[in-house]
Amino acid sequence: MSVISADQLTKSYGKSRGIINLDLSVDEGEFFGFIGPNGAGKSTTIRTLLGLIYPTSGRAEIFGKDIVKQKKEILADVGYMPSEAFFYSGMSVREVIALSAKLRKADCGKEAEALCERLGLDTAKRVDELSLGNRKKVSVVCALQHKPKLCILDEPTSGLDPLIQKEFFDILKERHSEGATIFLSSHILSEIQKNCSRAAIIKGGRLIALDSMENLSKTNAKRVTLHGVKTVPAELGARNAETAGDCVSFLYSGDIKLLLSVAQKLPIYDMTVTEPGLDEIFMHYYDSDNRGSAKDGEKA
Amino acid sequence: MTVFAKELKQSVKAWCIWTGAISFLLFICIIMFPEMKNEMDDVSSVFANMGGFTAAFGMDKLSFGELMGFYGIECGNILGIGGGFFAALCGISALSSEEKEHTAEFLLTHPISRVSVLMQKLLSVLARVVMMNIVIVAVSLLSAAVVGETFDIQKLVLLHTAYLVMQIEIACVCFGISAFIRRGSIGIGLGLPLALYFMNIIRNISEQASFLKYITPYAYCDASEIISTSQADAGLLALGGVIAAVAAAAGFLKYVRKDIFS
Repeated sequence: MSVISADQLTKSYGKSRGIINLDLSVDEGEFFGFIGPNGAGKSTTIRTLLGLIYPTSGRAEIFGKDIVKQKKEILADVGYMPSEAFFYSGMSVREVIALSAKLRKADCGKEAEALCERLGLDTAKRVDELSLGNRKKVSVVCALQHKPKLCILDEPTSGLDPLIQKEFFDILKERHSEGATIFLSSHILSEIQKNCSRAAIIKGGRLIALDSMENLSKTNAKRVTLHGVKTVPAELGARNAETAGDCVSFLYSGDIKLLLSVAQKLPIYDMTVTEPGLDEIFMHYYDSDNRGSAKDGEKA
Repeated sequence: MTVFAKELKQSVKAWCIWTGAISFLLFICIIMFPEMKNEMDDVSSVFANMGGFTAAFGMDKLSFGELMGFYGIECGNILGIGGGFFAALCGISALSSEEKEHTAEFLLTHPISRVSVLMQKLLSVLARVVMMNIVIVAVSLLSAAVVGETFDIQKLVLLHTAYLVMQIEIACVCFGISAFIRRGSIGIGLGLPLALYFMNIIRNISEQASFLKYITPYAYCDASEIISTSQADAGLLALGGVIAAVAAAAGFLKYVRKDIFS
């Protein structure tokens, strides 16, 4: 069963693009990654799904309910952590957390207390006095204290120190093991690769890939390193070439026979071909020179 | 009513400051009245030489020698400007402050409908305005008792009812505007009541500008007319009510479909 499904979801701001014809499906119980750099449309997608902004065309459902017409019912089972956390000036952390619980008409006292303790959050402080990291912690507690069925997290780790990041992902994994669906939007590829089973990549408001992490890693692009030369022959159409010492490394997605025939003619003494990491896959999709402009054909 | 309670709690400091300031000024004015009454002859001759200025503030129809007349002019101006500003600031910040301070994203990602948020916020604005007026009336009555004077209760009730409707109209218009804007709310909040107040002064000075009575709510709470005739203009009061309802409804319609960016 799909927890999130978007069908040709589009949001435009006048002449500016937001998201374009987004088709997205997140299954129940998934730990799903949503990857893209700043301005790609990640937050627009999330804000549209949460009903903060209205779609220009297309439709989407969460828990099988329409995001526009049944927003209130949907939000009762969603925990949302925004990329930037802002709270009402003058309130204490305790008051903000209690307000969030009251707005949900839920008694979350025990869970909130446990989360605050795990994250090392001082609830007596005023929110105006908090650092970015501590504001994020308040946001984590507000998003998770009611044990939502779906957690939507927009750049959740920015501002959190490594120890708290680890604790945060431990909490997410616990929630995931209890059956919650996690939708993690991030441009930090390592946290997506480490935690998610499937991911979507968004570029220029369009979804350019959606697949399991395993399949995304099986892109036909390879990281090729030639030892003994410092430049890549133009006929290979290499991307992301990097020179270090007496070798050159590049991403190659062409015919392997062409690579071998070109390499034979070069004064190389070694050659390695490896699977690229997620960051390289990301660059593969984002390379502006990418043939076929991000290859619609590779879209899942 | 979580949002209603939050709004009241968050605004309690501002409410105390505005209510305290207006009440204090009214108290000072009323305790000055006995002295003013004794110097009425001098005051009347001063006003007689002020021409259009006297008419602008309705001083040609009221007597400074009577408590209601004095209260209508002096205290009416304090309540008209102060109450108008307070109502405008409450209304204009009700919705726009959520976007300006980036808290709308927090509020609207909870399971609460926008209509409910709007209802509770509007109720909170109206509650603050009504509570301020209750305190002000109580302070006026107590102040008069302190100096051994008594109000004409019918005229006092009429006057304060008109001021309350005026403040509600301004609050609702600003509430409606608040749904359309994201920033710069303070300028509109201060500018609107000031513009409406001066429209009423112009209306008092020039007969050609009498049409302004359909625009400015200060027209139907003109103390000189209410106190001298012992009645308020029911038609203009009703028009004020309609304008308030239309403005609030426009705000509702806009906000339920508004894109909230942060």
